[in-house]
Amino acid sequence: MTSARAVPAVRFSEVHKSFAARGKETKALNGVSFAAESGSVTGLVGPDGAGKTTLMRLAAGLLAPDRGEIHVLEMNATGDALAVQAALGYMPQRFGLYEDLTVQENLDLYADLQGVPADQREGSYRELMRMTGLGEFTARLAGRLSGGMKQKLGLACTLVRSPRALILDEPTVGVDPVSRRELWAIIDRLVRDEGLTVLLSTAYLDEAERCSRVVLLHEGEVLGEGSPDSFSSQLRGRTYRLQSGEPGRQVQSRLQGRAEVTDVVVAGGQVRLVLESGSDPRGLREEGVFQPVPPRFEDSFVALLRERRGAPSLPDMQQHTIEVRGDDAVITVRDLTRRFGDFYAVKGLSFSVHRGEVFGLLGANGAGKSTTFRMLCGLLPPSGGTLRVAGVDLRHAAAEARARIGYMSQKFSLYGILSVEQNLDFFARSYGLRRKRRDERIRWALEQFELEALRGSSSDDLSLGHKQRLAMACALMHEPDILFLDEPTSGVDPLARREFWLRINALAEANVTVMVTTHFMEEAEYCDRLAIMAAGEILELGTPDEIKGSVAPQGREPSLEEAFIALIEHQDTER
Amino acid sequence: MLSWLRILALVRKEFLAILKDPKSRFVVIGPPLIQLVVFGYAATFDLNDVSFAVYNQDRGSYSRDLVSAFDGSPTFNKVAVLNADREIAPRVESREVLLVLRIGPRFTDELLKGEPAKVQVIIDGRNSNTAMIALNYARTIIRDFNDRVLAERGAAGAPAELIVRAWYNPNLESRWFIVPGIVGLLTLVVTLLVTALSVAREREQGTFDQLLVTPLRPVEILIGKATPGFLIGLSEAAVVISVALLWFEVPFRSTVLTLYTGLVLFLLSAVGVGLMISSLSVTQQQGLLGAFLFMVPAIILSGFATPIANMPQAVQAVTLVNPLRYFMVILRSTFLEGASFEALIPQFWPMAVIGLTSMALAGWLFRHRMY
Amino acid sequence: MRLRGLMRKEFLQIVRDPSSISIAFVMPVFLLLLFGYGVSLDAEEVPIAVVMEAFGGEAVSFAAEFRHSRYFDAREYVDMREAVTALRAREVDGIIRMQADFAERIGSPGPAPIQLILNGVDANTAELVSGYVQGSWLNWLQHRAEQAGQQLDIPVEVEQRIWFNPEVRSRNFLVPGLVAIIMTLIGALLTALVMAREWERGTMEALLVTPVSMTEILLGKLIPYFILGTGGMLLSVAMAVWLFEVPLRGSFGVLFAAASLFLLVALGMGLLISITARTQFVAGQVAILTTFLPAFILSGFIFDINSMPWFIEGLTYAIAARYFVAILQSVFLAGDIWSVIVPNALALMGMAVLFLGLSRSRSRKRLE
Repeated sequence: MTSARAVPAVRFSEVHKSFAARGKETKALNGVSFAAESGSVTGLVGPDGAGKTTLMRLAAGLLAPDRGEIHVLEMNATGDALAVQAALGYMPQRFGLYEDLTVQENLDLYADLQGVPADQREGSYRELMRMTGLGEFTARLAGRLSGGMKQKLGLACTLVRSPRALILDEPTVGVDPVSRRELWAIIDRLVRDEGLTVLLSTAYLDEAERCSRVVLLHEGEVLGEGSPDSFSSQLRGRTYRLQSGEPGRQVQSRLQGRAEVTDVVVAGGQVRLVLESGSDPRGLREEGVFQPVPPRFEDSFVALLRERRGAPSLPDMQQHTIEVRGDDAVITVRDLTRRFGDFYAVKGLSFSVHRGEVFGLLGANGAGKSTTFRMLCGLLPPSGGTLRVAGVDLRHAAAEARARIGYMSQKFSLYGILSVEQNLDFFARSYGLRRKRRDERIRWALEQFELEALRGSSSDDLSLGHKQRLAMACALMHEPDILFLDEPTSGVDPLARREFWLRINALAEANVTVMVTTHFMEEAEYCDRLAIMAAGEILELGTPDEIKGSVAPQGREPSLEEAFIALIEHQDTER
Repeated sequence: MLSWLRILALVRKEFLAILKDPKSRFVVIGPPLIQLVVFGYAATFDLNDVSFAVYNQDRGSYSRDLVSAFDGSPTFNKVAVLNADREIAPRVESREVLLVLRIGPRFTDELLKGEPAKVQVIIDGRNSNTAMIALNYARTIIRDFNDRVLAERGAAGAPAELIVRAWYNPNLESRWFIVPGIVGLLTLVVTLLVTALSVAREREQGTFDQLLVTPLRPVEILIGKATPGFLIGLSEAAVVISVALLWFEVPFRSTVLTLYTGLVLFLLSAVGVGLMISSLSVTQQQGLLGAFLFMVPAIILSGFATPIANMPQAVQAVTLVNPLRYFMVILRSTFLEGASFEALIPQFWPMAVIGLTSMALAGWLFRHRMY
Repeated sequence: MRLRGLMRKEFLQIVRDPSSISIAFVMPVFLLLLFGYGVSLDAEEVPIAVVMEAFGGEAVSFAAEFRHSRYFDAREYVDMREAVTALRAREVDGIIRMQADFAERIGSPGPAPIQLILNGVDANTAELVSGYVQGSWLNWLQHRAEQAGQQLDIPVEVEQRIWFNPEVRSRNFLVPGLVAIIMTLIGALLTALVMAREWERGTMEALLVTPVSMTEILLGKLIPYFILGTGGMLLSVAMAVWLFEVPLRGSFGVLFAAASLFLLVALGMGLLISITARTQFVAGQVAILTTFLPAFILSGFIFDINSMPWFIEGLTYAIAARYFVAILQSVFLAGDIWSVIVPNALALMGMAVLFLGLSRSRSRKRLE
């Protein structure tokens, strides 16, 4: 199939696309050109709002470009949309499944729609079921499947009539690491055995390294295109691991401001650095021992973004320092259980969090993290067990007890119609802040979270990164002692995530207790301690190092994700 | 201890949220205005322009007089003159005419001889209400005609005469009945639309959790959520009341205090029901459906268009929990009958009870609604 | 095969989703019971006060006329003030008063006055009550004359023929009208919500990239909901005929054909709403505002269209329910009257073509 390789399966040339909403025009794609080669995996990488979904829909003929040309399998995706769609498999976000139909019925529907002859179905179904491991569940409603199973069923539905190319829009969002790995195995096999062309989008930067080519998209523009290695090789010689006696978070906060540092993240209790090109680690000798490490794809992404946006400013959280009295547990949970019907969302959870600690709850969607959170904040009564936050059960506590906590919910819950300033003002007032104090805090929030220029815009119109900042500012208006953050970084770009963690660092310095959930495994590195959850239970509890150690006590140090997968597989074999 | 500072913050935010969004601004202003115009003009039982046909077999002067009496009435409009019996059915069936006046060949003869003459009125009964009203109009015209004939003869006439007086509404204008009712109807619709979505919207967007973790107490949230619906309902009602008085010229015969006491209590109950629906719903869709499912029976069973007394006993019992039922009585009593404050106390207290009960339930549901 | 697949999917979804079933079957029952029992314009056993300030045979016989009438629930009072109190408190709808000199004046020349005082607030009821009282009064005069062996001198007598509904039951015209309102609701709400649901759940996107044509997608929605709507319609008609005992004088075939046509209009409206709105919330709101209220007020279901001012009357021509209500009331009460059915059916057909055509032309195989 060498001849097929010569012609790219998907080709965009100078594609522009904008949308009009509320009388304002938003540019989704701004002169995008790239090519995806036949018989390989091309990854479209970028944060939310980069234009990935628009691009995929354009390729599938679901949208028409304003300008530019799109060719898919040598057909014009705009003019010949029907022909393109007949040759294409497309899986939208959320997989396009009918949740009130069973697995088999979903397959039958798509087979009907794709015009698969009845005599070919038997064999095709058998093959798909074997590949996805869904054979046992054909009679189950799609809505009752786990995220990973839904994703595999969605894939199977697009494969019922062996398409020539596959377009997958964020196939791994909200799926646990084990399922993600299985999906990649399926994709790799399809490409290897059947020479399928795959174009997929992802917000997980580590997945980019599994693609043969990567297109890096940011704010509707292509920042770079090439093999993952070609990205990271640009940074060769600039990435180091720093060993220092101090806790990683403090080192990170200190180094982030330095001119010669492009990026610094906490990893394994130490920090990992990307230096500016031409800088020498010897200039930072006093910090500790520098050890060169191989560059990763994420490093190059962050470096590319930094070039455009400049260095971050260090946060001044203006938090009064809270006194720590020995070993006082701020949050204690004993045998916490929550049942919905006969389904256990949370089963026998026990842990405690100390003052000034950053405590992480890690797990895939549906692991029970949010349910636990809602119970801790008093939003949901537990079915069993006890819990104490700052010595009280918030569900029955007086209003004053609630004034000590801050809560930022999953979807950055803001009043969309209100402006940035009105949101801040409302939360300040509802925490009972008096006029002078209120004005002070609003000024602080606008300045610290760099929202000054946006103070009058509706929060609905903000980008996801700005929404996240505003939501955090709202949760901090009253300087809480304890902060609950539910998936605070989902969907925002790597730079915004770094800024976020710098702010958390600063709060932790002032002994604010922070409890955070996330499904980004690498973020767990920032936590003092963390609990890994799956199916409502805690699999492992400890410092990041302890957790890694529990999986692979000897040999190479595993990443947290690997540890997570090992833990889940271990649990599965025990059953 | 309630914190007025916090409540005020919530009230401010609610107002901003309702009035800043063009869509919800429209919901508050658009439908009420449309309904006011449409109901005010379309919802009337009065008939005018009733089309009728005449089949006059008589050539005498009396029959001509009778026909011209019909012709001269503002209610009736002659659209056809028929010449045969078989022409009647098609005209009525096709709804071309509502009524046919059929006068026999000996009509004038009989009248001149002093024998009883008969005139046939054929009416399309498909809409029985319209039929009855048209028949009454026709009877009135014929009675007047009779009086004239008797006067010509110098006869004594009937030994007893019926003198009809309609109190409060001497011309029996159904607009005087409907328009005050619209005040109640629109107030209910607006208040429900504002409140029924308020909690559900926040639940859907996740901001309700955010509210619950602030120091705001359920009572404070309740007051904060109820106030905007209450104030918007109040101002909307005030506008509709003025339109009823100034544009539709319905008389007002009671004290403003009595009417507004009723209005405030009614708003209390409507806001309570709206908030209860809202806190029961998880999504705005459910809130909307819930509001609709309450609104339709509440309007039908309020006595707005059809009297409660005509309903079966069981249904009448159901109307007792309908706040609009009581407000309808208050509206019509104050507008037309000039009822005193004391006379309406039996209408006041049930609304207060409904309002307080539903509010209490809504407040409880804030925290106890399961997900 | 593609269309069959879509339809099978839709049926499975309907069966598994309790909300469509309840909109199609529970709502009609609920609304029919509510309106059928709750809305009645027939005043029966009107409570009326009879005040006899006079004594004597004449007054007693006149009062008896009301006691024995099935239209009245007569309550006798001696004191006018008590009767007025009762009228004010809405215990009675009217007062019939014979003053102290009644017996005296009826014996002497000139008419003796009988006062009828009505509570005019509810003008419609007052009008009906006044009609009933006049009927009773005439009856009494006639009886009285017969007993005296005389002829009552009424020059012209009215002989009334109320066609199609001789017992003047308001239910007979309200219930068929209700069928139209309910079908508007089912048709429009159901389709508006289900199309919007596909957009919201992202399944429309998956459908659009398959080789399915837009016509097939629309038909795949239309046919199942047409069948479901027909079910709701049959249920309503069955309730109308057997529960509310409305006569069905026309043929069922005509009724069924007209209803099917109207259902197409309603489904078309629903499709159009959902294609434009795309979220269930907005679609639901628009569907209720644009279908239910107009069907209720402007269809001639309860308020007479001819008596509306011209600008409102003009508006009614845009309301599909108007045409269907006309057909329904005729087919139920009068029979297969082609002069009513044909023009209204043509109007419905035009609207069906308009709405379905607009839906088809406004839906593209694109997401924009």
